[in-house]
This record gives sequence, C-alpha cells and structure tokens, in this order.
Amino acid sequence: MNIVENFDLFAPRLINKKELFSCGHRACSGCAEVLSVRLMCKALGDNTVVASATGCMEIVSSMFPTTAWRIPWIHVAFENAAAVASGVEAGLKALRKKGKIDDRYIKVVGMAGDGGTMDIGIQALSGAMERGHDMIYVCFDNEAYMNTGIQRSSGTPMGASTTTAPAGKASSGQKTWKKNMPEIMVAHEIPYVATVCPSYPLDFIRKFEKARSIEGPSYIHCFSVCPTGWRSPSETAVSMGRLAVETGVFPLFEVENGHYRMSADMPKKLKPLRSYFKPQGRFRHLTDAEIDAIQERVTAEFNKLTQKAKFL
Amino acid sequence: MGKRVGLEVTVAVAEAVALCRIDMAGVYPITPQSHIAEHLSNLVADGKLDAEFVTVESEHSAMSAVIGAAAAGARVYTATSSQGLMLMHELLPIASAMRLPITMAIANRAVSGPLNILNDHSDIMPQRDAGWIAVFAENGQEAVDLSIAAFKIAEHKDVMLPVSVNIDGFQLTHMVEPVIMPSQEEVDAFLPPFVPHATLHPSRPVTMGAFSMSDYFTEIMKAKDEAIKNSKKVILEVWDDWGRQFGRNYKPVETYLAEDADILMLTMGSMGETAKIAIDELRGKGVKAGLIKLRLWRPFPFAELAAVLKNAAQLIVTDRAVSFGGPGGPVFSEIKSALFAQANRPAIYNYIIGLGGRDVAVSDFVGMFETVRADKAKAKADTYEFWGVRE
Repeated sequence: MNIVENFDLFAPRLINKKELFSCGHRACSGCAEVLSVRLMCKALGDNTVVASATGCMEIVSSMFPTTAWRIPWIHVAFENAAAVASGVEAGLKALRKKGKIDDRYIKVVGMAGDGGTMDIGIQALSGAMERGHDMIYVCFDNEAYMNTGIQRSSGTPMGASTTTAPAGKASSGQKTWKKNMPEIMVAHEIPYVATVCPSYPLDFIRKFEKARSIEGPSYIHCFSVCPTGWRSPSETAVSMGRLAVETGVFPLFEVENGHYRMSADMPKKLKPLRSYFKPQGRFRHLTDAEIDAIQERVTAEFNKLTQKAKFL
Repeated sequence: MGKRVGLEVTVAVAEAVALCRIDMAGVYPITPQSHIAEHLSNLVADGKLDAEFVTVESEHSAMSAVIGAAAAGARVYTATSSQGLMLMHELLPIASAMRLPITMAIANRAVSGPLNILNDHSDIMPQRDAGWIAVFAENGQEAVDLSIAAFKIAEHKDVMLPVSVNIDGFQLTHMVEPVIMPSQEEVDAFLPPFVPHATLHPSRPVTMGAFSMSDYFTEIMKAKDEAIKNSKKVILEVWDDWGRQFGRNYKPVETYLAEDADILMLTMGSMGETAKIAIDELRGKGVKAGLIKLRLWRPFPFAELAAVLKNAAQLIVTDRAVSFGGPGGPVFSEIKSALFAQANRPAIYNYIIGLGGRDVAVSDFVGMFETVRADKAKAKADTYEFWGVRE
C-alpha cells in the first residue's frame, strides 16, 4: 500500500501547518504548480528567500498591491532567477559574516518554469550552479510557455500540440524530444539533484528538506501538471501527475553526490503510456504508431535511468 | 589627507570602491572595464576587502546578482562597458523601479557594429531613460571622487536609486594619472553605513518586484520620475559635503572661462580637458571662447544649464554618439529642447566627435570654434555634422 493513499491520516502530523504561500492567489483551478509552490514553502519553512522568474507563479502571486508570499520574495526578470538568487545568497552571506544581520541560516531559492529554466534561463542557471552558491533551484515544469499561451519550449514532450508547434494535417505537434534537464544538472556535479511531483507530497517534501540541509547548490525538477495547457480536466491535476510517474514519463529519483536512487514511490512495473496520453487533449491527435514510437523511447530512457540507480 | 600617487585610473577606481567597504560585487570581464574587476578581485584575494566577489557568467547576470544582493541589503558594486551594458539594458529600469542603490562604473566604449573596443558614448546613451542617475568623470581624480560620492547619493534615504559613473574607456580608464587617494578614515567619515529601507530577510518578509497592470503602472512611473528629479537636491548636498571635506568641488554643470564668453563649447567626459587647451589657445588670440562641462546627465540639470548660457551668442554641443535618423546627437537634442523656451538662446551647433576612439586633437576643437565663429549671421545654426568625417 502506498503511503500517499493514506495521506489524510499521515499528512497532518508530518507536514508543516503554516501556510507560507497564502490562498487568494490567481492561479487557474486545478493548477498543480501552485500546489507545488505551497508544498515547497511548507517543506522549507520561514527562513527562506525566493527569487522567482517571470511566469505563471510570478503573476498569480504578486499582483500589486497584493501578495501571496509570506516569506521574502523577489522577481526581477524572466531569464535570471538563478542569477538573482545567487546575488541574494552572496549578499546575505556577506551581511551575516559581517554581523550586519542576525546569525540565522537562510536558504535561498531560485525558481522558474520550464521556459525560464531550460530555454532562456539556462545560462544563468548553469553559471549559478557552477559557482557553487548555497541555494536550491527549482524548475516548475509544465512542459510549455503556459503564461504566454501554451507555446512550445524545450521541455515540451514529443508529440504534444502547442500553439507554436500545433498538430495539423502536416504535423503531429512537437517534433523534438524533451530536454533532459536533470541530467544536465547532474553533469554540473552539484551535490543534489532530484525530481518531484506534487502528486507524491511526502516524497516531494522529503526531497526539499534534504536539499535544504545540503550546503551548496541543489536542483529540483518539479513536474507540474497544467490542466489549462494540457487540455485536461482541472480535477485531474493530481491523478495526471501520478500517471506520469506510473508510466515512467516522469520518473521520481534523486542524485546525491553522483549516486542515483529511484524513489520508493516508483512502481515495480510501468503502466502503458496510453493511459497517461488518453485524458490529455494535447496528445489527442497522435496515431497508434506515433504513440508506440514514443512508448519505445520512454521505456528506453527509463531503463537507462534504472541502470544508473542499480549499483548504489 | 590622502597621498598623491600615480595610478592607472581603473586601479584607482577599484581602490576607491574598496574604501567604500562594499559587501558584494558582481562583475563580468569586458574591455576596457576589466582592470576594475581584476583589481577588486586582487583586493579580495589579499584580504584587503571583505566582500563577496561573484564572478558571474555574463553582464546580464552581473546586474541580476547585484540587484539580488542590494535587495538583501548589501552595499553592491559592478562595472561594465559597451556590449556588456547593452546586455544589462533589460535590467536597468527594473533596478531603478525597485529603488535599489547600485553603483556601477561604465568604462564608456563604442557599441558594435562594427566591433570596436575604443571610446565613445554610444553605450550610455541608449540607457538614458532607464531611471539611473548618470554622472561623467573628466579625469582620474574625478573618477575616484565621483565613485565614492555615488554610494552616498545612491543610498541616501531620499534617493534610493542606482548611479552610473561614466569613465571614458582607454582615454581615461587606462591612463596612469596622479590621483589623491583618500584614506580609509576619511572615507568612513564621509560615507555612512548603508541603511536599507526594506530587505529580503525573514525577520520582515516583503515582496519585491511585484506585477502591476494599468491600474497602478502610471503612478509607479510618475513616482520614479519624481524620485530621480528629487535626487538632484541630494546630489548637490553630497558633492558639497565632498568639497568641504576634500577641497574638490563638483557641480552638475561646470564651466571654464564661460562668464564673458561669446562662444561656448559643451563637452561630457574626458574631452573637456583637451577642449580647455583649445580655449586657452583661442583666448590667447583674443577670442572670447569658453567651456561648459556637463557632469550630470541624469537628472538633467536644466536650471544650471540655462544659467550659464544666458550671455553667449553661440554654443557648440559636442556629441560622442549618434542618434541615427534623429535631429542631432543625443546631447544636442537634449540641450536644444532644454533651451527651446528660453529667450535670447544662443545659436546651437552640433558636432559628432570622437566616435569609436577617433582622436580629437586640440586643433580639431580650435577648428570647430573657428568654423562656428565665422558664421556671424548664424546662418548655420542647428548644424549637425560629423566632424572630420571622410566622405
């Protein structure tokens, strides 16, 4: 039995009750990303500063003169969340060392969507990780530029229909495979890389807590179901995330100092990809042959990953 | 009193910045700024400067990082030039809108293309409307003095805006000049510790860089315009403080033999020193020539400028950048609009000079004066020419 099925029983005792990301934000109903941000705040606690990129989470949470943030938060631009976070970290470090602020330990978080991380923000992210700042960077991946209207990014999966890579008579949507961002971060040889999905809140929180406890840069890749952009019913945000994990489309794993470990929540046997594709309008146009080809790739990628985790 | 020493100007500026006890610097290398970054990193490496020196991967990240650190409450510094400044461009209005006191040196250099590493003002001009206070240094001593004063201006509670200190690339940055370096005690007496209004600290959580649509945006823009206009009062005070303590006085508009001049020339930056020599030469021949040095580019010193222009019949405005397809150089356009409503305004002549490091000799300045002086009927007023261009 999966612990998450008894969430109501366990969660209240295990999870921080304080809501550091308040209700009243303007996210779409059924947004898994906003759920992720809320869980992240619960996991990291009060002594956290967040630097956010431009994107859905920025506009839904900070409409002047209101804010959903009960922890210090800054937004500067689209492509520079990691650079801003590195500056906040450097600034706080200097001030703490000189005794100009109190001596508490503050964790700095940089966050952006898949576009803000994998496309326009990858340079700033690579730089911040390479420099070794004591920070957590979180990519909230909803697999397209949702804030601007569902345009394709390098995080969009093969075959998904978006407004700039639409399905049509001569096209089956996205023509490229999703960029493997966690592996790019592993290649930076940072202390901790993990994937999370809010459909698995305990695994999610545990990984954030671990990232908080590690000195140096951590990267967390969060799978954030976007019912609006994926053309799926809003009440399926959590179940869709579970299907992504259960089909191996988005495996939950962590890499600590180069050692891979699959999460306990990963099923022994993967479900077929079709069960995940079926409820989503963005994949509706795909032929059986196309789905089979994607299935082959998903299986191969998953096997590659489990091989890496095997010799722990 | 500090010692008079021979220093490369970039090194002197880095030393001055260290005397300001910065907490953090984020700098990316670019010619002709790099020596500032190198010398600052030396000071940190030698334990002479207790600061976080963040070697970012681009100027965009340099500005992003100093924004982050300033928002955390740190005293920050960066330096750049040309393409680096253009890459930062997106972030400059954000830094000023967030009212973050960032001090930045700009080693002014031509903007590509074609690629050119030498001096002109085509990098700072596109940043005119970013909401940054912009000052120009004429020599190494001024670069040092204005850099230290910049922190005090930027961090003043009635200002809280970023400041750029413009230092002509190579012409100024790479010169070894005699500079009086203030002592640590003197700088400590001049520059109080930075007391930020709000910071990114969990003891008092704030949201910075919020999203704003049409309901508040206009008011926010108006507030920023008022803030930079109001900064002039503090700029004058801080420069007066500097003058009282160090005996070197700075004004938004400075003059040389301008009081009785019939014909004036206006420069910004290092070329004022060469123009001065030309004026001495002309004065020797009985020509009533004078000089106006525009030190403060933003906020623009309208009243000070009008006051020094009330007597002259002719004014030569030199520009070190081109506004392609525009009415003239950017400084010229500004001066002309500033004087538009003034009765008895001088006839204005605009020469584009010194682009991409092109040498402008004393004889060139004399030539400009002689050409304009020959236009007795002011028939060529509003001339806009590239001086010395080969056609």
